[in-house]
Amino acid sequence: MPSSNAVRDLDQRFIPAAPAATAYAPPPTAVLPAWRRRSRWARLLAASRPLSRRPGFLLAALVVAFALLAAVAPGALSGFDPNATAPLAKLTAPNATHWFGTDELGRDLYTRVIHGASLSIQAALLAVGLALLGGLTLGVLSGFAGGRVDAVIMRVIDVLLALPGLLLALAIVTAIGFGTLPVALAVGVGIIPGFARTTRAEVLRVKTLPYVEAARLGGASWLQTLWRHILPNAWGPVAVLATLDFGAAILATAGLSFLGFGAAPPAPEWGTLIATGRHFLITAPWVALLPGVFVVAVVFSLNHLARTLEEIKR
Amino acid sequence: MNRYLLGRVGQALLVLWGAYTITYFILYLLPGDTLSIMLSASGIEVDALSPADLAKARAYYGLDRGLFEQYGHLLWQALQGDFGQSLSLNRPVTALLAERLPQTLTLAGSAIVLSLIGGVGLAYLTAYVRWQPLQSAMARLPSLGFSVPVFWLGLLLIQVFAFGLGWFPATGSQGLDSLVLPAMTLAIPSAAVYAQVLQRGFQHVAREPYITTAYAKGLSRAQVQYRHGLKNAALPILTLFGLQVGNTVSGAVLVETIFSRNGVGRLAQEAVLRQDIPVVLAIVAISAAAFVVVNLLVDLLYPIFDPRITHAPAAPTAA
Repeated sequence: MPSSNAVRDLDQRFIPAAPAATAYAPPPTAVLPAWRRRSRWARLLAASRPLSRRPGFLLAALVVAFALLAAVAPGALSGFDPNATAPLAKLTAPNATHWFGTDELGRDLYTRVIHGASLSIQAALLAVGLALLGGLTLGVLSGFAGGRVDAVIMRVIDVLLALPGLLLALAIVTAIGFGTLPVALAVGVGIIPGFARTTRAEVLRVKTLPYVEAARLGGASWLQTLWRHILPNAWGPVAVLATLDFGAAILATAGLSFLGFGAAPPAPEWGTLIATGRHFLITAPWVALLPGVFVVAVVFSLNHLARTLEEIKR
Repeated sequence: MNRYLLGRVGQALLVLWGAYTITYFILYLLPGDTLSIMLSASGIEVDALSPADLAKARAYYGLDRGLFEQYGHLLWQALQGDFGQSLSLNRPVTALLAERLPQTLTLAGSAIVLSLIGGVGLAYLTAYVRWQPLQSAMARLPSLGFSVPVFWLGLLLIQVFAFGLGWFPATGSQGLDSLVLPAMTLAIPSAAVYAQVLQRGFQHVAREPYITTAYAKGLSRAQVQYRHGLKNAALPILTLFGLQVGNTVSGAVLVETIFSRNGVGRLAQEAVLRQDIPVVLAIVAISAAAFVVVNLLVDLLYPIFDPRITHAPAAPTAA
């Protein structure tokens, strides 16, 4: 190509003559390293690359991370004491010092929301953990055993599904008493059926795949097959459901606290905060509404995460 | 068809019986000391009673009988429409329910109608609108709808429409205008679910060959969407409608508490606060019954809405 040669020749004149030794050095005789399986970390990074291109996903992840941080280390996010009262500054509107305003005792509302995260998120985690444990056990048992066991478990699940979630929780709370722990347990029991059904469906799907057969023929016991081959491959939809239900559990525990069955008032639980704020709705609407905005942001972000994960999987 | 009907009704009855049984065991077995809960619900100090009085109280509440005998007795009475006495209000539970049920039914009924209108309307518009930003904003709306706590939504609506604009009363259960805000609050989460499913339905249907055919016939976009799109996309709504009964009942407890309406939901909240076991048992049983009956109806109505589905055994091919 004459034209490109001309350009190169032209360029050569502007490039200071490089020392010949470096210019014509033989290429380094590096031996290609033997192929290694990418580390778990690298694979995770590669899998999350498409996610990082979605600004909505990043924002949602940020909100959830903020809430989790608030649950673990509330002190890092706010300098106020959640229980320090200041009668002079009661029911002040949101401003630069009190971002969410103050409540009827002059406590900083933002601080209370941040500190409330630990109670609410612990309760939701406990509920989802219980549901995961119960649902996975029932689902795996049902999908794996089949036959009568399957039929009996599924009928019980049908019955549990017929009981509206909140009312089942109310019955359990009536029986075992009020407080954050009973409420979390009650909510957890209510979401077991969904997990059991999803797990069962996935186990039934994976069970018939060739690699399970191969593992069995290779001499793996049923337990090994279950642990090494079926569960890792049945995990996806269950994880999506767990993310969704984490949001639902936050809403349900907050709802039960709002009704007065959760943490007792001085504790800054999200539902309790909104319930107390309700009495000052006319004079100080922020007391009830701003904690709710935070809850909505967290739950909406969780739903968004779950939906994105689901879309990516497909 | 008849055989299917019988089987389906039998299954529904079994589920209902199971729901009652599970609730019974939760309420009567789970507490360490049912008697003391019942006594304190009736406003009696347990410590003040002598052993003889305690035994008398135990017999009065029917707790002296064996577990299964007691369960059988309660179930038999419940089948006859007698849910026993409320402990804290000292009235028959059935009378209480009869008094409160109309309120809740009106609320739930109007909420269901509103949620169907809102959900279907939103999805319909989403499918019809062509301006991309508006369309994607509308597609995100449902997921916001069910991220919102029902009780917070109620407070927000009170703040805006009752205190801010003064259009509707904030609380109370008299008149039609006091029904608007509670019904809207209760409708929004269900509407969000309908809208989300229907939006996906429209997306799927749009790729079907019969839509192309409909366009090829010369129908306008509005006609295609209404006659061919909606009818095919809307079928899952029927199943969802049955499942949403549970959410509506759950939501009613919160909504009636916020808006101080004298319905069954508020009765449930008060009963749980006072640990009034018979009332809680009756309300849970009633709501399970509502769920089971509505889902039974949905199953039986399916062939009417979608003639492709039939419960009749396949016609014998060899004539």
